[in-house]
Amino acid sequence: MDAPLIVRGLRRCSTRRFLAWMLPWAALLGVGLLAIGLCLVKGLNQTNMDNRFAFGLWIFLDLAVIALGAGAFFTGFLLYILRRHELSAVINSAVVIGFLCYSGAIGVLMVDVGQPLRAWFTFWHPNVHSMLTEVTFCITCYLTVLAFEYLPIVLKNRQLRRIPSFLVFEFELHKVMPVLAGVGTFLSFFHQGSLGGLYGVLRGRPFAFRDGFAIWPSTFFLFILSAIAVGPSFVLLTTWLVGKISGRTLVRPGVFQLLARISGWLLAVYVAAKCVDTLLWLNRTAPRTGAAPYQFYAWEPFGTWVLFVEIVAFGLAPALVFLSRRLRARTGWLVGAATLACAGVVTNRFVMTIQTLTVPTLPFEPYMLYWPSWQEVATFLAVVAYAVIVYSLSFRYLALFPQERELQQG
Amino acid sequence: MEGKAPAKARFGMVIDLDRCDGCGACMVACAVENNVPPARPSANDRTGLTWMRVHRATGGGPQGGDAVFIPVSCQHCGHHAPCVSVCPQNAVDVNPETGVVSQIPERCLGCRYCMAACPYHARYFNWWDPAWPAGTEAALNPEVSVRMRGVVEKCNFCHARWHAAKAKAAAAGKREIDPADYVPACVEACPNQAIVFGDLDDASSPAARLAREPHAFRLLDRLGTEPKVFYRSEREWVRRLGEADVAREAKEA
Repeated sequence: MDAPLIVRGLRRCSTRRFLAWMLPWAALLGVGLLAIGLCLVKGLNQTNMDNRFAFGLWIFLDLAVIALGAGAFFTGFLLYILRRHELSAVINSAVVIGFLCYSGAIGVLMVDVGQPLRAWFTFWHPNVHSMLTEVTFCITCYLTVLAFEYLPIVLKNRQLRRIPSFLVFEFELHKVMPVLAGVGTFLSFFHQGSLGGLYGVLRGRPFAFRDGFAIWPSTFFLFILSAIAVGPSFVLLTTWLVGKISGRTLVRPGVFQLLARISGWLLAVYVAAKCVDTLLWLNRTAPRTGAAPYQFYAWEPFGTWVLFVEIVAFGLAPALVFLSRRLRARTGWLVGAATLACAGVVTNRFVMTIQTLTVPTLPFEPYMLYWPSWQEVATFLAVVAYAVIVYSLSFRYLALFPQERELQQG
Repeated sequence: MEGKAPAKARFGMVIDLDRCDGCGACMVACAVENNVPPARPSANDRTGLTWMRVHRATGGGPQGGDAVFIPVSCQHCGHHAPCVSVCPQNAVDVNPETGVVSQIPERCLGCRYCMAACPYHARYFNWWDPAWPAGTEAALNPEVSVRMRGVVEKCNFCHARWHAAKAKAAAAGKREIDPADYVPACVEACPNQAIVFGDLDDASSPAARLAREPHAFRLLDRLGTEPKVFYRSEREWVRRLGEADVAREAKEA
């Protein structure tokens, strides 16, 4: 039924099968939209956040999603600036994933703030000292860049190409793509860093506060490093997953190997930097603010095991697998390591967001825990559903993987 | 922004913890004065609005059974207030004339970054629309704006009273306010006179004198935020509660 829309030469499942795949995601999106409606109409009392847990599931997952979406800018940087042409095989998919991650995160943020209609105030009355101002400016600008990077992929659709002006526009956009990649890289480096800076500057929260360089706390640099280390892993993981679900070979194995190698080296550097930062924080920064570092991990649900899991199991282990030629040549190890690396960045964002708020600052206040409400969970699942739906449509009707046709014929 | 010009006055308070019996009169007076709405039935200890909150801590004594009540409001940090620098849209303001840290609810986006930044957990979010039982709206203080849902609020040392004191001084042809005309509601309401308020830079004020006493201390002093709320106690274990590294009971609240 929709065959004229599908890219020439590519095989896709029947329309009926495609609709059956989309239906549960659409239902999930519907439930999520109901939850979003409740939060917007009735207020944030629909969540389980409170005066102590001012940030909750949404901020934690927003940060995680933005880190995972770093694959878009970093792949663009490697392809257009460092000229790693092998990555042209995944750049379209990386751009779509990046766009979905960022647009989804901004969508959730609009529900998360108490007065969404005042979002423009940050542009009108900006506090240049606030990391959140920097994040807001960079993320909105970068989402615009991503939209411009997504546009030529959409305009390449078989039916849209028939419109001559679209074809010309798409051609012109392609010419400025390296410029967009450069701008995107600059913006992304800054907002990934500023997201880390959000926590690192909290001098009133010794669990999060870090020393740093000039106006930037160490978390500024660690967030950039972890995002660019894990971005390629997420591109690898999603490409493998889409190939599995669709039953197609999408890229040559060499592309996976390259992504793994890049991730591996960056992850190794990140783990080393994280270890140094952790030692400095526990031995110098935190004691200077009057905190007793052992108390950070005194509460059992968040014991030192979290630190071990984050650095060793989800950092060092995948880095070693990626750096071993023998292990990364085996799909199971490769995909497993990519999953662990992604879990590592998610754990780090969890620690910085949730664990920071769990630890009390006043000695007569208790440790606290927070469980999200169904509205919070459903809102975030709506973003997941939105991402799956838009990605599925893009995969079906757009040329996300340039090598697919060739590999299919081979 | 803070720090650009030194405040003309540096209002602060000293709370004598040995006098506080935890009656909560300060909390009630604060809520009435500042039009803080009553808690919704579904609100809990963690979602209510309590600009002044009385904590209870135990320890000390022969068996560690001694108790103390600690009223905690915004500490009006005097040096790089953590909430001021983080607000993305300058909705937190430091009055250069009084040193009072205030929230501008009309500009607040409700991102709650300031709440995460505050080490004293002294900022509160309006999780609900403000509502009063029918008929009681008439008792609202006309000098204080009611805040809307979705914004952060906190203690401002009853700033409306400062404005009233200024107006009174101006009407009398004076430039300076009479200290007796600017007294926050919590200070006025305390039956034990445990709270003393005044200009900490005025060496002759009782607050400044008490703040310099050896038994005076501040909460989390080593953070370097220079709070303008001081506490005092003759008991050493109580004074130790100002330090962050006091071993705390690990429990889920």
